Amino acid sequence: MTATRHHDARPATTGAPATRAARPRRKHPILLDGQPYPKLPERIGNGIALTVISLLVIVPFISIVSTSISTPEHVIRSGGMVLFPSGGVDFTAYESIFTGGVVTRAIQVSAFITIVGTALALTLTATLGWALSRRGTVGNRVMLLLVLVSLLFNPGMIPVYLVVQQFGLLNTLWSVIVPTCVSAFNVIVVRSFFMNIPAEVMDSARMDGASEWQIFRHIGLPLSKAVLAVIGLFYGVGYWNAFFSAMLYIGDSSLWPLQLVLRTYVVQGVPMGAQDLGTAAEAMPPQTTIQMAILVISIIPILCVYPFLQKHFAKGVLTGAVKG
Amino acid sequence: MDHVDTTTRALATPGRDGSDAPAERAPGHRRTPLGTRLAHDYPVLLLAVPGMLIILAFQYYPLLGNVIAFQDYQPYLGIDKSLWVGLDNFRILVDGDPAFLNALVNTLILTLIQVVFVFPAPIILAIVLNNLVSGRLRQTVQSIVYLPHFLSWVIVVAIFQQMLGGAGMINNWLRSTGMEPFHIIGNADLFRALLTSQVIWKDTGWTTILFLAVIAGIDRSLYEAASADGAGRLRQMWHITLPGMRPIIVLLLILRLGDSLTVGFEQIILQQTAVGTHVSEVLDTYVYNNGIIGGQWGVAAAVGLAKGVVGLLLVLGANKLAHLFGEEGVYRA
Repeated sequence: MTATRHHDARPATTGAPATRAARPRRKHPILLDGQPYPKLPERIGNGIALTVISLLVIVPFISIVSTSISTPEHVIRSGGMVLFPSGGVDFTAYESIFTGGVVTRAIQVSAFITIVGTALALTLTATLGWALSRRGTVGNRVMLLLVLVSLLFNPGMIPVYLVVQQFGLLNTLWSVIVPTCVSAFNVIVVRSFFMNIPAEVMDSARMDGASEWQIFRHIGLPLSKAVLAVIGLFYGVGYWNAFFSAMLYIGDSSLWPLQLVLRTYVVQGVPMGAQDLGTAAEAMPPQTTIQMAILVISIIPILCVYPFLQKHFAKGVLTGAVKG
Repeated sequence: MDHVDTTTRALATPGRDGSDAPAERAPGHRRTPLGTRLAHDYPVLLLAVPGMLIILAFQYYPLLGNVIAFQDYQPYLGIDKSLWVGLDNFRILVDGDPAFLNALVNTLILTLIQVVFVFPAPIILAIVLNNLVSGRLRQTVQSIVYLPHFLSWVIVVAIFQQMLGGAGMINNWLRSTGMEPFHIIGNADLFRALLTSQVIWKDTGWTTILFLAVIAGIDRSLYEAASADGAGRLRQMWHITLPGMRPIIVLLLILRLGDSLTVGFEQIILQQTAVGTHVSEVLDTYVYNNGIIGGQWGVAAAVGLAKGVVGLLLVLGANKLAHLFGEEGVYRA
């Protein structure tokens, strides 16, 4: 990265200034690394390879959505999964999982974990990151060292389980939320953003009589909105996807988040009865359709935040990667 | 580390911190007594307290819990009343308990497979993407291949089952064309291939981000010079692009090595029942199955502790090795 920067800073010596200027935006048809233009066979080969790769990712999604909205006859005729809902569209699977059964409850649980967890995680990460960015305060170096060293090791599944048990968190949703609500890695990322705020801004605020809390609240947070948004989304995705901690700590199936419901009824294929769904038995859509509807429901929130994530994450990941 | 620090201002080592910016420190801070400093700094410290408590409680405090590796731990007795058994729990590691050895061997095989097949995938994809002429197409493909990274393992496993399982897309198609369906899901012989393809499907696109950024950062005059010397595209890729990616490749390999006793825990636990433990048990699932499910807390904790210590040593060792070869590594100590 350093190399590019130096290189770009130099005045262009060879004859392609237009390409050069356009390069950072990457919109124009030139190669990232400035290699010569590939010949036609190579371009065709690339195109085919990338089309196949993209299809391998997309086709499963299309098929899942199609199956979830296909009519029962069509699903039965095709023996399970459907690629396109050619025999008409039918939303009964969605109606039946939203009528207040296991899935409805799991969605509520997952939403709770995600919203409360993300809010808590973001608050604690931002405050700790802020404190660690204030160099020279008492204990700053010790705390920073503790955070950094914790990145190197994993305390182990059994000891963490015992701690969760000892704190009385077993069988509560807090067992999923609390142990992972401060990621040392995210703290370091946030800290590095806070440290980029010019000291002069904070000094002048202090001259005007602002307290530490006011500086954090009115200068630190607004200036770091972008990074906080990304980290919030990452925490959010993590909590929405939380599967293992829920499996480990939550035995009571009425507290199951969506991922555990997915595991039981989709991965393990336990059939859903009418009482699990809260519908009348005769109105039951085929199992595959219900399973795919649950799967779609669990993917939709990710798809909703994905555009926002994508806008920022390349940058976030890079900051992280360079640090190790 | 040094040039990384100044360009990104990312990870400043604690040593640098104290001396870095005296401007940010209150005047005469160093010499003031602790009481005064506390009185001055307490608002900042208060902000740090909740976050630090969580890290201490769930990263450091559990380390103490590892003492049960030396106990015959009984949950109803607790740590204080359980019997001390010294190194008895570690005996299974040394004596070659077959179930443990099986888990260890499976773990190492899976790690090896991942280094050989999963690791190069994003490098190849990045090079192919980089060779695309249309920037818009590149963006589109990237948006698509990043997506699976954000899905949970439960979803990924479910998707694979629906595509490859007995009633899945592929077998439906085979049956409709009159061919024999074949079972990939639940087939112990294909289990490792299944795990590998799932990892590739989920995370290749994501890791590609890194490599693309590195490629974009390679000095372009190198390519111009090589072109002038008559090097073709393939030659340039071999002598410029790949060497340019070397530091990040080494870094990721080190991180992978440090994790070599950790392979796809969630992924495996979700699919273990279908194939049985002889191919699917890895160290993490061994700890889970024997400790939390089987109640052999002491033995499971011993395995977990040994795994953690070995993993830490592997990271430190690999990092040292990287330094010997003149690479940055993960950190400098």
